[in-house]
Formats: sequence, C-alpha cells, structure tokens
Amino acid sequence: MADLSVKFCGVDMKNPLITASGAYGYGREYTDLYSLSKIGGISTKGTTLYEKDGNPPPRIAETPCGMLNSVGLQNGGIKKFLAYELPNLEKNNLAVVANVAGGTIEECVELVSMLEGTSVNIIELNISCPNVKQGGAAFGTNKDCAAEITKAVKNATSKPLMVKLSPNVTSIVDIAKAVEAEGADAISLINTLLGMRIDIKSRRPILKNNVGGLSGPAVFPIAVRMVWQVANAVDIPVCGMGGISCAEDAIEMMMAGAECFQIGAVMFNDPYAPVKIIDGLNEWCDKNGVKNISEIVGTVKPW
Amino acid sequence: MYTQGMYEIIKKEQIAEDTFDLTLSCRDLCDLVNPGQFVHISVPGFFLRRPISICGIDKDSGTIRIVFQIKGKGTDALSKFEVGEQLDMLGPLGIGFKLLESDKKVITVGGGIGTPPMLAVAKYYGKNATAISGFRTKDLVILQDDFKAQNNKTILCTDDGTAGEKGFVTDALARCLKEEKPDMIYACGPVVMLKAVSEIARNNEISCQISLEERMACGVGACLGCAVKMTRGGREFYGHVCKNGPVFDSKEVVL
Ligand SMILES: Cc1cc2nc3c(=O)[nH]c(=O)nc-3n(C[C@H](O)[C@H](O)[C@H](O)COP(=O)(O)OP(=O)(O)OC[C@H]3O[C@@H](n4cnc5c(N)ncnc54)[C@H](O)[C@@H]3O)c2cc1C
Ligand SMILES: Cc1cc2nc3c(=O)[nH]c(=O)nc-3n(C[C@H](O)[C@H](O)[C@H](O)COP(=O)(O)O)c2cc1C
Ligand code: FES
Repeated sequence: MADLSVKFCGVDMKNPLITASGAYGYGREYTDLYSLSKIGGISTKGTTLYEKDGNPPPRIAETPCGMLNSVGLQNGGIKKFLAYELPNLEKNNLAVVANVAGGTIEECVELVSMLEGTSVNIIELNISCPNVKQGGAAFGTNKDCAAEITKAVKNATSKPLMVKLSPNVTSIVDIAKAVEAEGADAISLINTLLGMRIDIKSRRPILKNNVGGLSGPAVFPIAVRMVWQVANAVDIPVCGMGGISCAEDAIEMMMAGAECFQIGAVMFNDPYAPVKIIDGLNEWCDKNGVKNISEIVGTVKPW
Repeated sequence: MYTQGMYEIIKKEQIAEDTFDLTLSCRDLCDLVNPGQFVHISVPGFFLRRPISICGIDKDSGTIRIVFQIKGKGTDALSKFEVGEQLDMLGPLGIGFKLLESDKKVITVGGGIGTPPMLAVAKYYGKNATAISGFRTKDLVILQDDFKAQNNKTILCTDDGTAGEKGFVTDALARCLKEEKPDMIYACGPVVMLKAVSEIARNNEISCQISLEERMACGVGACLGCAVKMTRGGREFYGHVCKNGPVFDSKEVVL
C-alpha cells in the first residue's frame, strides 16, 4: 500500500482525488454505492448567493468521448448549503472544497464572507462557467478582471483560495499569473470548453442554450497541456482536471504538474470511477516503487 | 436505493419494427424495483448511459424486462446484444408510480414506446386496470397480449386504423371516462399526448401520474442535467426527471 495522502494548500487529504464541481452534487447521490469517506475531497456544485434556476432543458448532449452541459449553475444558494449540505459533508472524512460563483465581485465577496468560520477547507472560485450570461466566464477570460476579482475575494477570506480557470482563452498562462499575483493560493483547471451539437433532422441545437461546456475524455489532452503550461508558470499548487477517466490519466495529470486532481464526467459513465481510480493509483505506485504519490508531481521530462 | 452491475440477458425477442424486448437476470436490482422506475444502461462505445424504463418485474425469478425502440446509434448498438451477454446497468433509478390499493380502478395510457412502463403498473391492478395503448400503425403494436395475460382490459388504437380502433388514445380515454371514472390515470408517451391526457384528467378531477423523458447524464440527481419545469404552490422551478421523477403528478409539471 503506497501513501496516497497529499497536502494541498495546507489541507491534508487522504488521497489526491476530488470529485469535480457539478458532477457530484453535494455528495448525497452516490452513497448507495460507496462511502463518501473513500474520496479525498469533494468540490461542491457551484454555489451562488441566491438560489438559481439554471437554464431550460435540454441541458445535456452526448459527444464523441464526452458530453456538453448547459446546466447553468442551478443551485439552492449559499444559505441552503450552510444549513443543509455542509453539515452532511462534515459527517464524513473528506476535504470540502466550496465551489462558489457570483455575477459580480460584490456577490463573490459576500459569498466567501459567509463561509468564514465554517468547516469548509478550501474555496474554489469559479471564474469560468461558460453557462451563465452574467459574470462566470466573463471574469475568467480577461486577465484584468480575473486579477481584480481574485484580489477582492482573497481579502474577504481566511481560507485557502483556489481560482478555477476557463480554458476558453488565448493564453491560460497569462490568466494564471494574474490570479497568482493577486494572492490566489492555488489554481484549478480546466473548466469546460465551449461547444455545440446540432440535431440535423430538426436543424436545432440539441441544447436549449444552443452552446454548452464540453467535458469528458475528449478534453483530456487539452487539460494535460494547460495544466503543464500553468504548473510551469506559477509557484502556487495546481489542481488538474478535465477528462480524467482512469488511474493512468490521473498519474499523467500529476506528472504534468498537478498536486491533486478532480474527476467529473467520467462518473456519469461509471459511478464507481472514484473508487477504481484510487485503487488504481495504489496499485500503480506499488508496481512502480512509488512510496508517496506526491513524488510524481511534475516529473514529466519534456523533450 | 440503487445498485450497479453486469447483468445477463436471458431472453431476447424482436417484438415489432425496430423494437426489442430483453429479460435480464438481476436479483439484487430486481429486489429494489418499483413500477415506473428505470435503469441506466452503459452501451460500449458511448459515453453516456441510456435510460430505459422497466417494463416487467418478476420478483420470484429476480428478473426484469425492458422494451426499447431503436432511435439512434446507442439503442441500435443495444439491440445487437444477445442472450448470454451481459449489460452494465445502474438501477433502479427515479421515483416510480404512486400505487393505490390494488382493488381501485385505474386506466393506463401508453403512446408508442411509452407503452412499456404501463405494463408494470397495470400488472399490480390486474382486472381493475384498463390499458389503453396507441400506435401509429399495426407494425408498431406491442405488448397487447402481455396486458391481457395479466387480466387487464385492453383498448388498442392506431392512427391509421390498421389495428384496433382508428383514432387517438385520448378519444378512447374520454369515452371510458363517460362510462366510469377511475381513481387514477397513469400515462407515458409523447409530450402532446401527455398534455392532452393531463387536460382530460384535470377536467374530470381525476389524479393523473405521467412518466417523462429528458436527456440525462448521471441518472441519480447529481448533475442536474435532466431538468423539467415543475410547479408547486404557485411557484415554478426546475425539478429533475431522474430524481423527482420520471413519474410526476400531472398537476406538478409544466409541459
Ligand atoms: C426515464 C426514461 C425512460 C425511458 N424509457 C424508454 C423505454 O422504456 N424504451 C425506449 O425505447 N426508450 C426509452 N427512453 C428513451 C431512450 O432513453 C432514448 O430513446 C435513447 O436514449 C436514445 O439513445 P440513442 O443513442 O439511440 O439516440 P441518440 O439520439 O443518438 O442519443 C444521443 C443522446 O441523447 C439521448 N437521448 C436521445 N433521445 C432521448 C430521449 N427520448 N430521452 C432521453 N434521452 C435521449 C441519449 O441517451 C444520448 O445521450 C426513456 C428515456 C427516459 C429519460
Ligand atoms: C454537468 C456538469 C456541471 C458542472 N458544473 C460546474 C459548476 O457548477 N462549477 C464549476 O466550477 N464547474 C462545473 N463543471 C465543470 C467540472 O467541474 C469540470 O471542470 C469539467 O467537467 C472538466 O472535468 P471532467 O472532464 O472530468 O468532467 C460542471 C461539469 C459538468 C459535466
Ligand atoms: S441526469 Fe443527472 S440529475 Fe438527472
């Protein structure tokens, strides 16, 4: 048995696997299959100041090796999270990453203030949701906006702040450096890539929102590339995600420079994926003489 | 409660044009099933699972039956599975039909490939259920003998009159209601049909439960993908077909 534990921005996790925001709700849905304490951490569904309805259906479209979603941050708001979801998560042994999103800087500041003094371990500031008109990706695609919001939110929280970046940009490195400069404690990437599918019979987009975010194995090489570029450009830790579907993918992501990783869409295909990936990491480490999984972070040897 | 596993196909039959009927041996899953729930099937080569309603439940033998129509590449690949092969199923998922005492009178209304889930609920009511089924044409007619075998009364309608009576299920439903009002109407089928059935139920003040479809990812309520507009206490919001449904009180959804 290898040591899979990692310390990520000061937070101890028993393994580097975090279930990605939006793919795992608040952890209630999969407990019929296995205990939440199996996973290293959970990144909650994107939570906003007030309850949010989300976009009209259809919200899901299949793609080769992946899917599009246009859920649009449907959630019950921060108050419900604090009263109903967080107490449930506290019963388990796992790191809680509160994924938050707001339409304005003030909203984001208010959100994180409300998380002060709670058991939340890490704040993941989503400046990259492609599915909401206001805020969301608008913050994440402009480096000055990304810097400004990071600064304001960092000032309003005593918890580690991880900023989640959008891949829908020309230079991910510029954005990463901008949020690092304003005090981000970590960076997570990638959020979904903007995509579209059309039903050729009706000539209508499959998603009612016309466009949506692409995730799943299809995006994996893009995610590895971006994580590698960002990890090489910043000094703060990186949490890698996008298309991871097996232990080998997770190892690849860590070798690219991610200190921990998140998995999302793969769980729709295989709800046991978190358990299988953790077991697979153990096996791989044992076979390859790796005593602590952290040894492999950033060990890719570029040509 | 739900489970996931690889389950063997023990029987396969093509029962109409592009329509297949599979029986699966799945003791643990079967023990948990209620009529109206569905299974989420992984088809090799496709990223997302396919939701399919449970059409038959045999708790004694630990088997369930699913009936599906080829609609695209995923269901086409599913139709190629043979007896002895295993299917990766997640289930039973969702909330099934609300059942009354079995001596109450009910009407089930199935339109096209919406008919299979009606078989599971009609079984519970036996002779107290009238199963109205509608299809475009005779080549698409399914499950009529199965309804009869479980003592349900049957009314068959086709759009073109090539089997049963010519006309829509809603015509047959309206006629039945004139004779006797049931305690519950159950329906599954195209949205236009569900709208019309809900309307008839409302006008006659009969409770009505309808089974809906929406594109899904997780199937268990985690991703919030399968939204459906619901209404409760005058407030509209998005509920989710896999978690709040697939069966809904017709008064609680906005179609
Ligand atoms: C709760 C529920 C129960 C169902 N029960 C049955 C049943 O008993 N028998 C049956 O024949 N069909 C049933 N369906 C519809 C069935 O899921 C679709 O026909 C099937 O997913 C189509 O897959 P495909 O690859 O052939 O089509 P494609 O159009 O190629 O599929 C592309 C994507 O869209 C999704 N999709 C397409 N049409 C639908 C649809 N109508 N509903 C949901 N997702 C869709 C697919 O799952 C896939 O992710 C049910 C759907 C739901 C939601
Ligand atoms: C249905 C769905 C909903 C999502 N919702 C959110 C969200 O609320 N907040 C967020 O930061 N990311 C959200 N994401 C993005 C994921 O967290 C993740 O960044 C992305 O899906 C890439 O990882 P994957 O390929 O492993 O799914 C969502 C993704 C999916 C598929
Ligand atoms: S399919 Fe994920 S919530 Fe219904």
